[in-house]
Amino acid sequence: MSQSAIISGTSAAPIPLKEILPWAVFAGLLFILAMYFVGIEEGAMSIFNSMYVHEFVHDGRHLLGFPCH
Amino acid sequence: MGQLLLRGMLAGLMASLLAFGFAKIIGEPQVERAIALEEQGHSHTHSHSGAAEAQAEHSHDGNAEAADEPELVSREVQAGAGLLVGVAVYGTALGGLFALAYAFISGRLLHLPPRSTALVLAAIGFLVLYFVPYLKYPANPPAVGQGETIGYRTQLYFAMLVFSLMALAIAVSFGRQAFEKLGGWNASILGAGVYLVLVAIAAYALPAINEVPEKYPADLLWNFRIAALGTQAILWAAIGLLFGWLVVGSRERFAR
Repeated sequence: MSQSAIISGTSAAPIPLKEILPWAVFAGLLFILAMYFVGIEEGAMSIFNSMYVHEFVHDGRHLLGFPCH
Repeated sequence: MGQLLLRGMLAGLMASLLAFGFAKIIGEPQVERAIALEEQGHSHTHSHSGAAEAQAEHSHDGNAEAADEPELVSREVQAGAGLLVGVAVYGTALGGLFALAYAFISGRLLHLPPRSTALVLAAIGFLVLYFVPYLKYPANPPAVGQGETIGYRTQLYFAMLVFSLMALAIAVSFGRQAFEKLGGWNASILGAGVYLVLVAIAAYALPAINEVPEKYPADLLWNFRIAALGTQAILWAAIGLLFGWLVVGSRERFAR
């Protein structure tokens, strides 16, 4: 790689899949659940039924681009 | 791996503070205006005379709660703490998912130094998970979109999102197969082309939604949609840069 290159260096060795997978499953589910509460709960679907979650994150929901009323 | 995940969440949290600042300053005035318009529409079917408008104006800076629906959360909380918490939870979760995706692709799909990998991943993530679905089903201010169709609109939005992700997966496998014959550059262009054709077909096939009321102010709609796009663009760009900054060692971080 030439000296003037903006991006140089080498990539790190890949992390073994066996190590990633358990994290991906559990943390991934948790993250998606968190996004669900911000984006959809008490809109298209409901776990609770107070409308409080919907109202509280209302502006964020609109500005993050989720379909809303 | 746990370290990487924490760094992703930290990058997401920091990025969401930036995105919140933008949403608060640029986005909130549009939301306020849209809600004022909504309440005006509720209390007056004919609000074109000056007197009626003045009256409507008066009614919602005083006590909007008394109008139609009781408010569970005040506008101040929605526009302040609610917006902050909403964006922060979303951003932190996105940062965590970002770290997982980074762990999968780094050294496998992308053979680039860590910071470049993070930035490329952020750019692809923004395009595939936000910008492409947004082009088909753009963000709407309050009162645009009917309450009854929320389920249908949500399904379509996520259908577009899933199609976009599937198109990416197919494009990546095409690119990988062509890598040997064409080299990295041309294989990437081929992959991008495959992705574009597939999402174009999906966007064309899915039904259009247009629930914008007639005579809705075009500038308000435009400003809101730009603010929503900017919020997500800042979030993704900041996650890409901050995550890269956090994963490289401190010596490399400040190297010239």
